[in-house]
Parts: sequence; structure tokens; C-alpha cells
Amino acid sequence: MLRQVFTRPEKVVVFRRQLLLEIESLGIDSLGIIAIISIFMGMVITIQTASNIDSVWIPKYTVGFTTRQSVILEFSPTIIALILAGKVGSNIASEIGTMRVTEQIDALKIMGINPAGYLILPKITAGVIINPFLIIISMFLGVGAGYAICALTGLVPIGDYIYGIQLDFRSFDVAYALIKTVIFAFLITSVSAYHGYHTSGGALEVGRSSTRAVVYSSITILIFNYIITQLLLI
Amino acid sequence: MIEVRNIHKSFGDKEVLHDISMVLEKGKANLIIGASGSGKTTLVKCMVGLHEASQGEILYNDRSFTQMKDRDRTQIRKEIGFLFQASALFDSMTVEENVMFPLTMFTDQSKEERLERANFCLERVGLQNANKLFPSELSGGMKKRVGIARAIALKPSYLFCDEPNSGLDPLTSILIDNLIKEITEEFGITTVVITHDMNSVLEIGDKVFFLWQGQNWWQGSRQDILQTDNKELIDFVYASEFMKMIRKKGQ
Ligand SMILES: Nc1ncnc2c1ncn2[C@@H]1O[C@H](COP(=O)(O)OP(=O)(O)OP(=O)(O)O)[C@@H](O)[C@H]1O
Ligand SMILES: [Mg+2]
Repeated sequence: MLRQVFTRPEKVVVFRRQLLLEIESLGIDSLGIIAIISIFMGMVITIQTASNIDSVWIPKYTVGFTTRQSVILEFSPTIIALILAGKVGSNIASEIGTMRVTEQIDALKIMGINPAGYLILPKITAGVIINPFLIIISMFLGVGAGYAICALTGLVPIGDYIYGIQLDFRSFDVAYALIKTVIFAFLITSVSAYHGYHTSGGALEVGRSSTRAVVYSSITILIFNYIITQLLLI
Repeated sequence: MIEVRNIHKSFGDKEVLHDISMVLEKGKANLIIGASGSGKTTLVKCMVGLHEASQGEILYNDRSFTQMKDRDRTQIRKEIGFLFQASALFDSMTVEENVMFPLTMFTDQSKEERLERANFCLERVGLQNANKLFPSELSGGMKKRVGIARAIALKPSYLFCDEPNSGLDPLTSILIDNLIKEITEEFGITTVVITHDMNSVLEIGDKVFFLWQGQNWWQGSRQDILQTDNKELIDFVYASEFMKMIRKKGQ
């Protein structure tokens, strides 16, 4: 199926239009949920780190440092990817699955269009393009929310938090996170599209495919997260 | 011209089509009739490759479709118009976008030209003022007609209609029958129509194939039907009181 997905699009104009639509529906429409989750998780990570490091020997700026590292390395790329697997994955699988069971995919095929390429390639491309932006936004919001908590509650002196988030900053960590993001975006869109495309039956099966899409894309994300981390960070 | 040679088709161990052969001629309306579940839709889907036949061969103008590479099949498909039994309209697109879709994909026409052609086709199927509606906002009969408009948008060389007038009122039904007959003759299309409607059979059936239990049980012209002594066909055709009356009159 992958080979069919990556054949040259029938018409570039049509592909571009599809791509923009998908960027909107898969990317822009997820901004709200990503913002909410990132802000709350950023706050909680800061509070928990601060309350767990209750020792005079450990400097306060560790809280800022830890928040930054957790958000950039794991929280934003991996946890947000899992959330997107739920939102975007079920959306893709049910959309394509419905088209399958109502014969719309057959209708494309009979017109001489390659349905896999026409339907799936714009989704994969959109995910791979837009997700890095979503994740960068999530990183800023997460670290920013920690800052806000410090400013509001005085849990950690603002100066220390700022010092912590700048300490020992390696741009490679961001690169690592973005590499993960791109791979996860590919996994979410392709695994979900696969399950939608291979639906057969009726509405009931569309629901099942959609569940399967979420479960399998989440599991592959976790497995690849482990593999990439092993390869890149050690 | 489409030729079907000894087609068999099974789903699992259930044989749906058994040794079907037929010749579907160009410029003629070829009708496939038969009871519900007799395999009509399956046969037509085998002809266009939506189902792979378990055995047998399909030829388009003497070229074997069954043995063709995907790329060549795609070429033939671009000349096919297909109306699905359940219409299969794209539900993310409006009526006019649905009809324009094949033109968008396969021609370099400007938006105005495509729109004009779409409007022309929609008019031919008697559907005005529905351009901006989505399929979910249409009645079953309206969907059928949009499906037909989409199927003829690209001026196909082969037209397949799976029950084009089921769910239509008698008047619209006749409109559709006439449309099919007209374009078939005018453009020399090889037209294959699945129908239950005896009206259509007598109206446009240049050639009629009667499927019975997955076999090509009887074939002939619409005149032949009125004189047939094939028991299964008689049971099928003269099921209604109305048709029985016609038969009596005829005799
Ligand atoms: N995808 C499929 N899987 C299994 N069995 C199928 C499938 N499609 C059709 N069948 C079986 O094949 C037989 C013929 O179905 P088909 O849809 O061709 O009938 P039909 O003549 O078009 O009927 P109708 O007039 O009701 O549309 C039926 O018994 C059906 O159960
Ligand atoms: Mg049928």
C-alpha cells in the first residue's frame, strides 16, 4: 500500500489544495487541545519537581532545569504525539473507513484515480509538516506555564527558574525532539490511514477500525520512542 | 464492446456467479435483470475490476482487462462512467463539486468550463437548484441522479448504471431511461444497466440478460421477452398483476 501512497499525485493543484485542507483539519484544529494540555502539564511538572526537591543541598534552579528537560525531551514530543494519535488517528481512520464502506473509495478507483495516493498522501504530508510547529508551540507553553506558576505562587524564585531553564542548553535536545515528532507524525497518519483503508463491512467496523488505529499508532509511537532514544541519546 | 467469457466468482466457498458469458454491444443499452441477490452487482463489479473474478476473462474491445497491468486498467477506467447502487457520492463535496470532480482530475478545463459542463449534466438528469447541497442533504432519488450526472460528466465510452431508477418516481424514471438511451445512441457508448424495472426493460432494453442463481439464464431483445417460454423468466417478469394483464393482451 505504501508504494501506492507515494506515487506521483494525479494533479499537483488538487494535491496542494488537499494538503492545505489537511493541514487545517489535522494541525490547526488540534492547537486548542495541545495548548490546554501543555499549559497544565507544564504547571504540574514545575510544582511536582519543586515539592520533591526539598533539600538545601539541591539548588532551586534545578526546578527550571528539570521542567525544561522533561518538556523538551519527553512531554512535548511523546505525550502530545499520543494525544494526537487519539484525536487525529481516530479522525483519519473513521473518515477513510466511512469512505470505504460507502464505496467512495471504489468510486475513486473506478474513475482511474489511485485512492491511496489521493486520500492518504496529503494526510501524511500535512502531519509531517505541521506537527513540528505544534510541538514547538507546546514546548514554549509548557516551559512558560512553569514560569507563570513560579511568578504567581513564588514556589521558586523567578530568577532561579530562568537561570535553570537556560542552564546547559543543548540545541541537540530540540533536534532530537523534532526528529521524534516527524517520525511520530508519520506513524500516526500512516497507521491510522492503513486501518481506515482496510475497513470492510459497515458502520460498526468503522468504529472498530478507528479504535484499532488509536491503539496501534500509540503502541508504535512508544516502541519507536524507545528505539530513537536508544539510538540518539546514548 | 465488452465481452464476458466464462466468469466465475465466489465469496469464500459460496459461488455467486457461475460460468457467465455475454457480449455487451457498443451503442446499445444492455440490460441485466434478475432477482435480488442473483449476482447482478457482483457481475458488473467483476467487469470493472472492483472484484477480481475467480475464473474467466473480461475483454474491452478485444483487449483482456483481466490480464492487464494496473496502468493499462487505469487508462480504461478513465473511459468508464459508473453509477453505484447506493450512489457513492463524495460526502465532503457539494453536488456540483461531485459532478465536476472527474473533470477537475482529468481535464485542464477552467473552473467556468467545468461548472458549465456540470450544470449541463445536472440539467439532463432533471436536477436544478441543488448545486450547493451536500449529499447528506439529498433524497435517495436525488443522489441517484447526481451519481448519473457524475458518471456522464467525462463523456464515457462505457457506462455502467446499477439500478439507475430505483427510488425514482415514474416521471423522473422515464426521464432517466430516455437520457440513457439518448446518450448511448448519440455517443456510441457501451451501456450496461442493472434494473428491476420492467418499464425500463420494455422501454430501452436493446439487449436483455436475465441472471438466475448466478447464471446467465436467458438473453434476448425486449420483444423476445414478451414471447418467451422460459419458466424462470416468466415467473420473474410476470410477477405483477399489471404485467400479467399485458401478457394476456399480447396473446
Ligand atoms: N463482498 C461480499 N462478500 C460476500 N458475499 C457477497 C459480497 N457481495 C455480494 N455477496 C453475495 O453475493 C450475492 C449476490 O449479490 P449482489 O449484490 O451481486 O446481488 P444483486 O443481484 O445485485 O442484488 P440486488 O438486486 O438486491 O442489488 C448475494 O447473495 C450476496 O450475499
Ligand atoms: Mg445489486
